[in-house]
Amino acid sequence: MKISYYPGCTLKTKAKNLDRAAIASLEALGVEVEEIDRWNCCGAVYSLTADDLIHMVGPVRNLIRAKEQGADKLVTLCSMCYNTLARANQLMREDTVKRDTINRFMDDEIDYAGEVEVVHYLSFLEQEIGWEKLKEAVKAPLSDLKVGTYYGCTLQRPADVGIEPFGSYLLMTGMLEALGATVVPFAAADKCCGSYQVLGAEPVENSAAAAVINIAGGAGIEALATSCPLCEYNLGKQQKQLLAKEKIGAPVPTYYFTQLLALALGLEAEVCHFELNDAASLELLKSKNCLAAA
Amino acid sequence: MTLKMNAGTQSLESIQKLNELSGENVKLCMQCATCSGMCPMTAEMDYGPRRVMHMAQFGLKKQLAEINTYWKCASCHACTVKCPRGIDIAKVMEALRQQSLRTGQNKVEPSQMSAETIADLPQIAMVAGFRKLTS
Repeated sequence: MKISYYPGCTLKTKAKNLDRAAIASLEALGVEVEEIDRWNCCGAVYSLTADDLIHMVGPVRNLIRAKEQGADKLVTLCSMCYNTLARANQLMREDTVKRDTINRFMDDEIDYAGEVEVVHYLSFLEQEIGWEKLKEAVKAPLSDLKVGTYYGCTLQRPADVGIEPFGSYLLMTGMLEALGATVVPFAAADKCCGSYQVLGAEPVENSAAAAVINIAGGAGIEALATSCPLCEYNLGKQQKQLLAKEKIGAPVPTYYFTQLLALALGLEAEVCHFELNDAASLELLKSKNCLAAA
Repeated sequence: MTLKMNAGTQSLESIQKLNELSGENVKLCMQCATCSGMCPMTAEMDYGPRRVMHMAQFGLKKQLAEINTYWKCASCHACTVKCPRGIDIAKVMEALRQQSLRTGQNKVEPSQMSAETIADLPQIAMVAGFRKLTS
């Protein structure tokens, strides 16, 4: 099986750990990943004003690249890329007037009307591999790890592009349970981490991130799994500062769900690029014997 | 801030403009405050989203220009998915931001950011932040 893949800007550098572990895992599962040519930034956030069409050009251009290359599905990984691409795609499918304006503006491109389907990596795993088959492929189960499924905001909202309904965490839960981990429910799985508000504010002012970590810790969660580099930054990379300022009670190491996937599939720890996570993340995995296979 | 309302403080035109820019109808709001209950950022806001919707319904343009609510909004859509009146409140917040940004004023100044901050932040934080907080 071969899939078209859109990585997005952060996944090539600061969130290399999200991207590399994801690609290596799919390859181990027998899926060939083909990155689309000449992709550009998706815009990170979807424009919410009724008159702003210029910011649709970026995400739509990526969808045109996928269509040109003969893809009917475009798999993506970063929560923000997924949301922006899926919403732009929905606009191109449903709003004929705006679609026409955007197509005519991009007169150097082929016309686009939403022919490509934007699919998140987790949905792809469930639909094309399935949890049973994934379970069979696991070589180093994460048996001793209590994980929280941190969805954040853009995977589930708004409802018409969400990978599953608001308040439901079945996809990541299904994947983590197939990997042998224990999934612990907690009340902040879909609470926002503070997102781009990290700009122009001290990290210790981020009350939203502190709340998520405290609720997770209180529920007995040892590790948080996420799909978004901004969530990982606000919850993971800033955690030391939140701890130092006593905004959080105890640390809860954060991971990309793809890192946990790669480890359970028995892949080399190098593909997970743990050097980009907080040091505590690797320590926890060592203490839980999750690095045994590597 | 005590809100004083009379014919002079209300701008009926601003209600219409806000509705046009957001594509929503602020008058549908019934003030149930589900949005304020859902919002993860209220600790940092001087007015919760419910009160902002109230101000918008009355066209309190001047007061709306002075509050920080929509600058603290993270566009997480928690309010939107739970609004029993079906209002996309995140779009109303975006319209309030844009009304200010389109006068050419930035809320964060990219040129003031240190090289260390830029090296540290993930790209999506900057792209998203500049999209939401600069003109």
